[in-house]
Formats: sequence, structure tokens, C-alpha cells
Amino acid sequence: MANSAFLKSSLAKKYWMALTGLFLCLFLIGHLLGNLQLLSTEKYGAALRFNQYAHFMTTNPAVKVLSWLTYISILFHAIDGFWLTVQNRKARPVGYVKNSPSANTTWASRNMALLGSLILLFIVTHMASFWGRMHFDKNMPLYKVEIEAMGQKQSFYQLVNGQFVPVEQVAMSLVEAREKHMPKYIHNKTELFDTNAKIQIGELYKDLYKITVDFFKQPTYGLLYVILYVISMAVLAFHLSHGLASSFQSIGMSHPKYSPFIDKFGLVFSIVVSVLFAILPVYIYFVL
Amino acid sequence: MKLDSKIPEGHISEKWTNHKNHLKLVAPNNRPKIDVIVVGTGLAGASAAASLGEMGYNVKSFCFQDSPRRAHSIAAQGGINAAKNYQNDGDSIYRLFYDTIKGGDYRAREANVHRLAEVSGNIIDQCVAQGVPFARDYGGMLDNRSFGGTQVQRTFYAAGQTGQQLLLGAYSALSRQIGQGNVQQFNRHEMLDIVKVDGKARGIIARNLVTGEIERHSAHAVIIASGGYGNVYFLSTNAMGSNVSAGWKIHKKGALFANPCYVQIHPTCIPVHGTNQSKLTLMSESLRNSGRIWVPKKKEDAEAIRAGKLKPTQIAEEDRDYYLERRYPAFGNLVPRDVASRAAKERCDAGYGIEANDTNEGVYLDFSSEITSKGKQAALVAGDHNPSEAKILELGKKWIEEKYGNLFQMYEKITAENPYETPMKIYPAVHYTMGGVWVDYNLQSTIPGCFVAGEANFSDHGANRLGASALMQGLADGYFVLPYTVSDYLANEIRTGKISTQSAEFDEAEKAVRAQIDKFLNNNGTKSVDHFHKKLGHIMWNKVGMGRNAQGLAEAVKEIDALRAEFHRDVYVPGKADEMNPELEKALRVADFMELGQLMAMDALQRNESCGGHFREEYQDAEGETLRDDENFKFVGAWEYNGEDINKEILNKEDLNYEFIKIAARNYK
Amino acid sequence: MATKYININLKVWRQKDAKAKGQMESYKLDKVSTDSSFLEMLDQLNEQLVNERKEPVAFDHDCREGICGMCSLYINGRAHGPDRFITTCQLHMRSFKDGETIFIEPWRSKAFPVIKDLVVDRSSFDRIQQAGGFVSVNTSGNTIDANATPINKADADRAFEAAACIGCGACVASCKNGSAMLFVGAKVSQYALLPQGKVEAHDRVLNMVRQMDEEGFGNCTNTGACEIECPKGISLENIARMNREYLKASLS
Repeated sequence: MANSAFLKSSLAKKYWMALTGLFLCLFLIGHLLGNLQLLSTEKYGAALRFNQYAHFMTTNPAVKVLSWLTYISILFHAIDGFWLTVQNRKARPVGYVKNSPSANTTWASRNMALLGSLILLFIVTHMASFWGRMHFDKNMPLYKVEIEAMGQKQSFYQLVNGQFVPVEQVAMSLVEAREKHMPKYIHNKTELFDTNAKIQIGELYKDLYKITVDFFKQPTYGLLYVILYVISMAVLAFHLSHGLASSFQSIGMSHPKYSPFIDKFGLVFSIVVSVLFAILPVYIYFVL
Repeated sequence: MKLDSKIPEGHISEKWTNHKNHLKLVAPNNRPKIDVIVVGTGLAGASAAASLGEMGYNVKSFCFQDSPRRAHSIAAQGGINAAKNYQNDGDSIYRLFYDTIKGGDYRAREANVHRLAEVSGNIIDQCVAQGVPFARDYGGMLDNRSFGGTQVQRTFYAAGQTGQQLLLGAYSALSRQIGQGNVQQFNRHEMLDIVKVDGKARGIIARNLVTGEIERHSAHAVIIASGGYGNVYFLSTNAMGSNVSAGWKIHKKGALFANPCYVQIHPTCIPVHGTNQSKLTLMSESLRNSGRIWVPKKKEDAEAIRAGKLKPTQIAEEDRDYYLERRYPAFGNLVPRDVASRAAKERCDAGYGIEANDTNEGVYLDFSSEITSKGKQAALVAGDHNPSEAKILELGKKWIEEKYGNLFQMYEKITAENPYETPMKIYPAVHYTMGGVWVDYNLQSTIPGCFVAGEANFSDHGANRLGASALMQGLADGYFVLPYTVSDYLANEIRTGKISTQSAEFDEAEKAVRAQIDKFLNNNGTKSVDHFHKKLGHIMWNKVGMGRNAQGLAEAVKEIDALRAEFHRDVYVPGKADEMNPELEKALRVADFMELGQLMAMDALQRNESCGGHFREEYQDAEGETLRDDENFKFVGAWEYNGEDINKEILNKEDLNYEFIKIAARNYK
Repeated sequence: MATKYININLKVWRQKDAKAKGQMESYKLDKVSTDSSFLEMLDQLNEQLVNERKEPVAFDHDCREGICGMCSLYINGRAHGPDRFITTCQLHMRSFKDGETIFIEPWRSKAFPVIKDLVVDRSSFDRIQQAGGFVSVNTSGNTIDANATPINKADADRAFEAAACIGCGACVASCKNGSAMLFVGAKVSQYALLPQGKVEAHDRVLNMVRQMDEEGFGNCTNTGACEIECPKGISLENIARMNREYLKASLS
């Protein structure tokens, strides 16, 4: 009895909304820390660090579990939110002729569904642009560095283990390597193999950095993407400004002493996180 | 008619116990076969319905509001008395009994009042067990305060919302029984008549206020707990819907109506402000714990205040007349309500009133002394031995806010004046009616099977009720008296079987109700119900109010008689019978108020003495205090209906015997 | 406090009965005293309508001192009108300007169907209370002495603050989701904070929430409108406490 109520009741929906939301806030922190690598000012630092982060995110088994949790959370949060909205609409079949909701609520708190839908739209396009390419694009570029030696520029792949391998030594496949007598070749997108021994000798980074920078620096749409991205982060800020503190309330964490702090923290979190995210495309477009 | 009060034999402290032990019982297996109707869901009604439902009777509970939780008991502010002696100030059952009899100016039944005092402690235990959040001190124990007419602290309270908390407690008990199916609740239903079969109460006719449907409900016993009749005056502290119809209908079917002239005018209400005013708002008596009542000593100061040229705070201390402290040094501002009200009227009549309305009626209730003294105390407790003036004021106001915050806020909302800065303006207003349906010791009216509880009956408060005693009586009747006495009556009904509503008696009662409704709707008069109600209120307040005299009362009887005729001739009631029709509801209620109003004037006219809330100007001593006539008027005046002409009602007398209290002049000096 | 008079325009929801389709209707009302309460203004309107042989506006009201919870009304887009911590009956006309147009609508909620004009059916609240809003103690009076169990003053005070709810439904009316959680949370909290109520705390919260859901109230999205519009200032903390109590009850 208690268990079924726990899944179906109005309160259960709140708990799920809150727990998934809070988890997604944690994810945001992780994501943001990675993205901030873009700001690194060391030579080659930004690209390397960013790609290292992307590599870590896509290969570490623990992270994989977390990322599945994230996908599920996003889905659950969206579906639960959708049902809540439908139910809440039904609770008031006839609306008011004159209503002054701004007198007692914030705009964000009243528009969580709209904000959430926009964020979902953003997530979908964002994943298509970056996550999708990272995972599925056969032509995903690999990370290389240009090093000047003796007045000559030379390209190297930088491996995960830190070694550098000249680009001209690496073929894109075993067939090509044999044809062109190249000592190494790439197998399975990122694995570096020795042509003779046919054993893996290292792993390459996918160049998400390049994808990212190129994306926002496109001559025709780059600026538009930057603007859309910044707007999306504003939407996220509004969503979080209500959502974070609200999650604590939903799971019953409220106390006259601590709740004001949670409220403030929620607001600061939403602004700081969103602003930091939003800085990156602007930086890429205008500074890089 | 011979009135048998059925007071048990024996010493006063044993009467109730002995009586209870000898009352007949109904076995648990028989109770579900027996129906009981309870009309009204205030403290008395809700607690009776909950208790009887819990015992296993089939209870039908009726209220005209949209929920039982809204009955007007909810508005009681100050508190509830109980002889617990938690404050160790010498309280006891006897003292509560004595204070109540004395407070009622020796016009209440000893046995009933003693029973009330006996069960008072149980009420508090019961309510706490139900989760009523009474105020507590820092040790976690229940807190008490003082109320008028007593010298002990025996009043339990929950801020200024005690009635609300107690009613919600009773409502929760009732809700529990409704949830279990023992009580069937009928919201938005108004009882329009009682049905008698073979002389016994066997059911009611009720109107569904949403659909207008006239319904028949049968039962083996009917309990009326429909409250008081203060709304006869139009302006009172009662709720807009409070009415006497249930009580009046049973009166017309044979229940005697006792002491209708005993009306309590509460001293601390917000003064009248204009002609469109619909009700008066009470400021709890508990405020007299901390507030001092005064008017200017000089008439010219009062005039200047009314003209807006002077502010009360500009009147020097020595120019203020703290008239209650002056006249009654022993009780001071905590004299009983009737005394405080009359004293206010005396000052205003003499020209010292301070309210700038048509009648100049208003006095000050001033908290500045208390703010200063509590502020100093709070500073000391906080370790500040030399607090600044501002600090004292700040701390004092904080103390006041904690104690009376909601009342102060309520006052400010209504008057747009800040009572922390300027004294409250108050004036007496009709509040409670001690009179009501005559009942015997078992709370049974003169109609067998028809019981009456709470404010609707006359039994416990004599000619004046002490503060915080109404809640006590309502719950005592419902929780601790009716379950026993109603069972005793029902013990003879276990073989009766279901009572049919298809009988000539039900037909006739329903027909009469329909006829009255049709009459109003087809009357095609020219004036609204409120027009007549206001006129009635005007007569009542001026001639059957705080000060009464033979001439005025005789005039009032005639004027009301004429007004009643005009009302029935010229009232216009819009709408239809088979729909929600608030104007029709009002018309039906006002019709009963008109008849009762006349009877009140008649009762006041026959009572040639002053006692409690009944003040006849002819009967006062040199200092303006009430002069009772115990030789000729130590009786309950119970009126018997005798046809449409109210003038023909017959007065029956129940003599009051004081065996255990020495009757004396009431003295609060 | 000199009495002033204002003239106002009213737009009032009129609906013949539960089944009829309603609409807003306009009325002009002159010479309204600023000392009148909002309901006294409506009395004045009704007196005018009766004198014009028109049907008066039905609205719920009773105690007219802000405690019975009977009065409702959505005034100019807000439950109980523009001021805080008051019910409609405590709202005074001095809060309005001369010539102002005032919108008056009934509470809107699936669980509060309109009966007539501005009158709605709030018996859903009663049913929630019947599902568990009580302490299961018999009314015999033979309980333990009231002072046998000391109760921490802070808890008693908070229980009282929660118990101050008047059940008017402003929380539902002003919530964009038509949620009743402030009402239910307050009741759950009152008992959860007191030792007497702890015994059956689990069943209570489960049953009351189940009934609340069955009545068709919406869900809480923590907008806080209810707390602002509550005439008794019932705190959102009570909803959090209910959430906590329900979680505890569900997991045990």
C-alpha cells in the first residue's frame, strides 16, 4: 500500500522531481568544471585539457554509470514535469478573468514547465552538436598539435599517455598503412596500432575542442549560436533560481534557520553556473 | 405548565455523580438502531454529535454553513475556564461554581452550574488529548490568564483564537466519526421546523440551502445546539448567519423559552462607524488584563477629541478618568462584562464619549502602562538594568504583540489606527444571550426527546455570563452531559424501530414550511429583508439594550408588533424556492427574530428588577449599581407560546433555590 | 478617521447554478464609505439590486471577523484582495480608489466547483479532514491530566501557528496549480508537532494525502503564492514538514 502510494501520489512526483533535479545540478557542476578548461591560458593547455576532460567523460567506467544516471534523470525530470503540468492544468478547468500572479510569485516559479521545455530543447540540440558527434561521428577529428621544430611546423598526435606521434606516421586504417608503408594506423576511431605487430600502442584524443571552437566560430551562424547559447543559459538560470531551493523544500528540508541560506545559495548557484557556462562561447567567439 | 427541573437530590457535589450512576443506558448493540439529529455544529453541537456517534448511535448532524468547522464558536477569542488550579492561586471547583453563580447575579441554577464546574477540568484534558494547541509556558506546562469577574487565573487560551482551536478540536472528533460513517453530515442545511409525533420530538424539516429542496429527517431524539439570538439586534458580534430559528421553531411547538431578556452586552467592541455596517467586532476581554479603560476627566477634552483637535496621547495622566479602577478598586478593569458595559454607557451618556460617530459612543482601552511595565520587566530579564525609554517601548510592544498580536492586527485592519501607538477605541455591543430554550437538568426541553445545548439553552449563566465560560459550557454539554442524559431518554426507544417520514405529522410540518416560503416569495412588497432587520435592531438597541425602562419596553413591544406586521406585508424577497436564495434564508430568520424581539421586550418589562445584563433604570442604587429583587424575581421566567399573537405568551416560573451559596448583593468593589 | 465616499465599478462573476455557464457582469456602485468592509460594499450592491428588482449576488460569508473561513472571493486577481494577512471580510474599501474597477470572481479549482455566483463547494476540505485530520481519542474525558505531558513551548507555538488555518481555500485559489498542500500540510504539521499526534502520524499523512489526490487538487510546485495569500500567514515550512512526514511514512 505504502509503496504504491509512494510511486503514484502527488508527493512522490515531487520527490522524483526534486531528486532528479538535484542530481542534474551536480552534473552541471561536473560539466562546468570540464568546460572551464577552455579558458586555460597555457600553450596548448585549453585544447589538451578540454579533450582530456572529454576523454575522461566518455571512457571512465564510473563516469559512464553517472552519465547514464544523468540521461535517465533528464528523461524522468522531463516526463514527470510533463505529467505534473498536465495534472496541474486539470486542477483548474476554468481560469480567472483577472489574475495578478506577480503579486505573490516569481515569474520563474510560475514558468518552470516552459523553462524546462526550452532547456530540454537546448539539451537535444546541444547533444546533437557535441555529444552526438563525439560518440557517433565517423569523421570526428583527432587531437593534434603543431610543433615548430627547426623552423618547420610539424603536426603531432598527442596520445592519452602523453607521447607525441608525428601525424605523417599514422594512417587512417590498416589498409592505408600497408599501402603507404606507414608504421602506425588508427583502429576503431581512436586506437593507435602498430602496423607490423598489429597491437595497440596508444590511444588518441578526439578533438572535441576543435569541434567546439569551430562550432561557435562558423562564419555564417557562429554569432547566432553564441547568442542562442547565452539565451539558453539565461533560461537555465531562471529554471535553477526556483528549482534548486524548491527541491530542498520538496524533499522536506526546510528549517527557519537554514532555509534562507538554501534560498540564497540556490540563487547564487543558478547565476554563477549559468554565467560561467555562458562566458565560454562568448570567449570563443570574441577572444579566440 | 408545571416546570420540573429534575434536579437530583443530595449534596451539590454529589448530585451529578449520583444522577449519572442512576441514568438508564442503551447497550452497544442497540445504539446503531437509534437515530439522533443534532442541529448546529458549534462547540456544543459538534461535541455532542461526535460523542454520540462514537457511542454508536446513528447521528445526523446539520449546519447552515458550508462546513461544520465554521460555526460561530470559532470566533471566541479569549479562553476557556477550568478549575484546574494549575497556577496555585486557590482555585477549586467550588470557586468556579461560586464565581459563575455570582457572575450570573444569582439567577442561574446551582446544580447545573456546579456540574459545569465539576467537568471543567475534564474538558481541558480532553482537548489537550485531541491535539488542541493551548498556550504553554517555557516549562512546557499550560499557561493561564485572568478573565473578568474572577480573582484567580483559570483561563486556558490559544492566543486570541481559543474558540477556533477548541472548535477545530471538536470538528476533528466529528470528522473522525463522519469518516467512520457514524455521523452523517448535512452542510448548507437549515432546520425550519421540528416534527412531533405523539408529543415526542421525532424529526425535523430542513431546507437544503443549495437546491432549495425541503427535506424530512426522522430521529428518536433531536438536539438543538444552534447558538444564541444576539442577531435580533441586527448589529452584534454574532456571525451574519447566526439565528434563533431552530430554537424558536421548537418554542412554537411547545418548548418554553426562558429569560429572553438576559442579553450580554460585551464592553470591548470596536465602535459603530456607519449606516452600512453589518456587524460589530469584538476585542477579546483578555485585553482587559493589560489595557486600562478611560475617558477624559474634562468634558471639553472629550469634545476636542471628537472634533479631532486633540489626540488621546495628549491628555495628561491626571486628566484621565480610569472610571473602572475608580469605581471598582478590587476588580478594576476586570469587573464582569455587564458592569463594565454599563459603566461605559454611563460615561458616554454623561458626555465623555470620545468616538466621532453619530452617538459619540466610545471609550479608550489603553495599553501604554502595560507596554512600559512589561518593557521594563523584559529589559531586566535580558540583563539590562538601565534601559532607555525607546528600548522599554520596543520590548513592551514586543511583549504585547506576542500576547495579543492578532487582536491588535485585527483592530488596525478595521479602524486603520495603530493600537500600539494610540489607545484602542471601544464600546459595548451585543455579544451573547444567556436566555434561551428552557431545559431541565438533563438539558431536555419541555418537548420530550428534544434536547437543547450550549448558548441555545438558558441553563448555566443566569443573568450574566462570565468571560471564558461559554466555551466551557458548550463543551461540557456536548461531551459530558448529553451523552448520558440523551442515552437515558433513548433507553426507552430501543423498541421503537425506524421512524417513518411518511406520516401526517411530517406532511403537515412540511406543508407549513412550504407555505411560509411561498408566502415570502409571492409577497411582492417593496423593501428588503435587511431594511426591516435594521429597524428591529434599532428598536431593540435603544429600548431593550443596556439601559431599559418600563415605558421604553412597553413602546418596544408595540413598535415591534407593528414592525412585524409591516414586515410580513411589505417585505420583498427575490428569487425562487428551488435554488440557493440567501435573501429567502434571511427572511425566514428575521421573521423569527421579530417574534422573539417582542418576547424579549415583554420579558424585560415583567422583570421589575435589575440583574446582570438586564438593567432596568428604575432599579438601581445611588451609585448606579443593579438592584435585584430576590423576593419577587428569584425565578426563571419561561415563556409558553400561545398562538401567533406574541402578547399572549404565558409566563411560567421556575423558582431558584440557593441551598449551597449564600445569596448576596453582587459586589466587585 | 474621517469617512470618505467613493464610486466604484464592479465586474462580478454571475452564474445561476452549478450547471449554468457563467459570465462577468458590470455594476456601478456609488457612495461607498471607505470605512465599509468589502462585504458591506457587496451588501450595499445587493440592497441596490433588490431595490431594482434584480437578483442579488450570492457570496459566502458568516463571522465577518476573519476567523470562520467562510468568505472567499478573488478580488482584482488575488485571493481575499490586495492586502496581506486578512480575509475578504476584513478588507476595507479604503484600499480602493475612487472610480476604480474591481473584479470579483469565485475561487477556481476543480475541487471547488461553483455552486452559484461567487459561492463554491469546499467540502473536499472536509473530506480530507475526515480521512485523517484528527487524533483518535475517545471523547470520554477520561484521558490523562492535561499537564501530564509537558510540551516544548516552541513546538506548541508552531503547532498553534499551523492550527490557525481557517480552511478558507485561499491557498488553493491562488496556487497556479490549484494545490491544497498548504491546507493539508498545516493540518499534518499541527499533529506531527505534538506528542498526542505522533502515535498515528504515519497513517494520518498517508490517508490525508491520498484523499487530497482523489479530490483532484493540483500538485505543489513551491511557488509560494499560498503563503503570501494565506490570511493567517501559514508558513510553507508546513508543506515541507508534510513532505518529510510522508517520506518517513512511505519508507517505513
